[in-house]
Amino acid sequence: MRVAQLVTAAVSGALFGAGLYVSQMVDPLKVLRFLDFTAIPTGGWDPSLAFVIVPAILVMFVAVQIGKRCQAPVFDARFHEPAQTRIDAPLIGGAALFGLGWGMSGICPGPALSLITFQPDGLWLFLIAMFVGSFAGGIMLRPRLKELPA
Amino acid sequence: MNSFTPLTAALGGTLVGLAAAVLWLGNGRIAGISGIFGNLLPPAHTTLWRAVFLVALVAATWLTARAFPQLGVGGALPAELVAPPAGWSVPMPVWLVIAGLLTGLGTRIGNGCTSGHGVCGLARLSPRSMVAVAIFFGVAIFTVAVTGIV
Repeated sequence: MRVAQLVTAAVSGALFGAGLYVSQMVDPLKVLRFLDFTAIPTGGWDPSLAFVIVPAILVMFVAVQIGKRCQAPVFDARFHEPAQTRIDAPLIGGAALFGLGWGMSGICPGPALSLITFQPDGLWLFLIAMFVGSFAGGIMLRPRLKELPA
Repeated sequence: MNSFTPLTAALGGTLVGLAAAVLWLGNGRIAGISGIFGNLLPPAHTTLWRAVFLVALVAATWLTARAFPQLGVGGALPAELVAPPAGWSVPMPVWLVIAGLLTGLGTRIGNGCTSGHGVCGLARLSPRSMVAVAIFFGVAIFTVAVTGIV
């Protein structure tokens, strides 16, 4: 593991954490106010989340296009593209389970970690449960995996 | 009353996009928080960069909250998790554990969350991510409508 890769990971993580705070996606209630489409007719809907994710996608889209013109990333031998390409049952079922958890709490994995900064009541229960759920999912998937993440 | 914040949302979203761009062009890695989090422990082979990324994410949230407390929750306002819907008589710890388990399990077997599928996957025009995003947003919006949690 080269130092440059670790510095890159630190810079990326820092930008991510700053972005979650500045956009206020660290606030579960603000996320839920986006997901609450029943508030659209009454004018109480908060479309902010769309204004977060669209610029994020556009910036990353440009980066992906730049990457296509390069043989490899700056500090590694290759781009680690996700190995799977099929739309299968784990993808659909997993996304549905995540959507249920996200709709119950307004917390997705990034903000869950960001929130450690503020120590709200109950966060550690959520985080430990998220870790256990992820670990259980990893065990369920193990027979399917041909290659472990490097 | 809605609390729409398009400017800070777009600024924060741009930071998240830059975070994803730096990790992709620097290390050739997808900035998907559930994947980074879920592969912290063996059997994934190289875990140090993931730990560095997550520590930087939490530290940067703390720093930006200190620097710009007027932006909101965690700064000027206390950060709180959202209580289960009134009238469901589910204790909050139980609600949070279920939501956390679903989030961890779903993102692991679905191989991504709001960042991995939502930002990186859509920017890569991945059909799997398009399906996952449609499902988890749809289910989350449905969940919020049914529970009336907001």
